[in-house]
Amino acid sequence: MKSSAFQYELPEDLSAALKLLDSNDMDILPLAGGQSLMPMMNFRLAQPDILVDLNKIDSLKNITIEADSVKIGSMVRYCELEQSEIIQKHFPLIIHVIPYIAHSAIRNRGTLGGSVSLADPAAEMPSILIALNASIELSSSKNTRLVNAEDFFKGIFETDKKSNELVTSINIPISSSPKKFGFYEVTRRHGDYAMAGAVVTSDEGQDSFNETRVILFAVSTKPMRLIKSEAALNGNNLNNQDAISTAIDAVNGNTFESDLHNDEATKETLAKVSLKRAIGGLNG
Amino acid sequence: MVNTKTITVTVNGEEYTNTVNVRKNLIDYLREDLGLTGSHVGCEHGVCGACTLDMNGQTVRSCLMLAVQADGMEITTIEGLPSDGIAEELKKSFAKKNALQCGYCTPGMLSSALEYLNNGGKANKEDIRRHISGNYCRCTGYQAIVEAIYDVAENGVSK
Ligand SMILES: Cc1cc2nc3c(=O)[nH]c(=O)nc-3n(C[C@H](O)[C@H](O)[C@H](O)COP(=O)(O)OP(=O)(O)OC[C@H]3O[C@@H](n4cnc5c(N)ncnc54)[C@H](O)[C@@H]3O)c2cc1C
Ligand code: FES
Ligand code: FES
Repeated sequence: MKSSAFQYELPEDLSAALKLLDSNDMDILPLAGGQSLMPMMNFRLAQPDILVDLNKIDSLKNITIEADSVKIGSMVRYCELEQSEIIQKHFPLIIHVIPYIAHSAIRNRGTLGGSVSLADPAAEMPSILIALNASIELSSSKNTRLVNAEDFFKGIFETDKKSNELVTSINIPISSSPKKFGFYEVTRRHGDYAMAGAVVTSDEGQDSFNETRVILFAVSTKPMRLIKSEAALNGNNLNNQDAISTAIDAVNGNTFESDLHNDEATKETLAKVSLKRAIGGLNG
Repeated sequence: MVNTKTITVTVNGEEYTNTVNVRKNLIDYLREDLGLTGSHVGCEHGVCGACTLDMNGQTVRSCLMLAVQADGMEITTIEGLPSDGIAEELKKSFAKKNALQCGYCTPGMLSSALEYLNNGGKANKEDIRRHISGNYCRCTGYQAIVEAIYDVAENGVSK
């Protein structure tokens, strides 16, 4: 229950960190909030040769408005997101969801970039970022690229990020902040990882679904966007029970992943329960 | 391979400078190097909350931080809780309500409870439960703990 030995690096700026990631073929891991990596190291599921602590890199800690989007540095912690006036103003969905992530002491350290990089299928933020049409900025010592959140998450702890890259920021178009959203997750205890969850967003029109996004989490290897459910809802009145039933039925036939406590069939059932309640909770 | 580092940490108002192994967790540094055994080690993976303490005014899991990351930080453990004000009131309230039995969870529980109260947490049992959801107690069944925190939230510091 103690980590194996490693070399500890504390770069002062981004270019120094990126250079370290590039430097050789050893197992090099960045350390952000440590709220997932430290347990993995204590369990020896991760045994890096070199640990590159990102906590001194101030340029990754800002939240700024750039043209028509909000740029969130990867080292912004959950507690800082929650306090940010920019996030409160533009993305109430994020503010709504943060208290569901773990507990205060963990949110005081855990970062948005860490959650994105880890890509835990049960995590909330990857699905929220897809709902908000975010893109992930990745930097290596050679170049910087942007990847749409929907394309970034590939599988269990698997993303489009290469080992010599860092997630440097998360960029969310302000226009994609939904007018209405619903969120629901099934957990055994407040703050636990979800057993299943759903987020639904809808735009414009007072009473009808529009530009709807439906995403499930914690039921598969990665966030599951339900295009069929979205199509079933779009254009219909928010209270159209037939449309809502069709959207929930569209959960059937997708591929669900079991976890330690729930088999595939349970996951499918919990996915439907979550979606139904998320739609039912759509606010105005 | 550089495997040790010299750090300076302020713990309970006192400054310490030590050379530590970089892989040493903060909780082990406090317990083994400084002899401050008030903070407890339970799970070592962030789940139980026994190691929760205050760093620069916020609660953290000291099993999920390296000692070297505390360089330059100010830490308050159970040993350093003030014997007046809201902290003292909370300690008294825990005793009065029987909010501890074996006491293993208590240092972390008090740290979380203090954060709740210092951030203006209200006398609302649902909110209190939510805030301490990251702290396991295997003895009390939580009811007494929630009531102890509730009383302080409601009555504040007595004269
Ligand atoms: C008890 C407990 C309960 C939790 N419950 C939840 C929950 O309900 N929902 C939830 O979503 N999460 C939960 N978490 C996890 C928490 O949200 C983590 O903080 C988060 O998943 C990872 O963020 P971090 O900053 O701590 O990253 P770290 O643990 O530091 O890193 C995670 C991984 O990402 C890599 N990495 C980190 N930052 C970068 C970067 N900028 N670029 C490239 N790679 C990077 C690291 O190398 C590591 O592999 C829980 C954790 C604990 C201990
Ligand atoms: S020992 Fe740190 S949370 Fe359990
Ligand atoms: S008093 Fe024994 S664990 Fe809480």
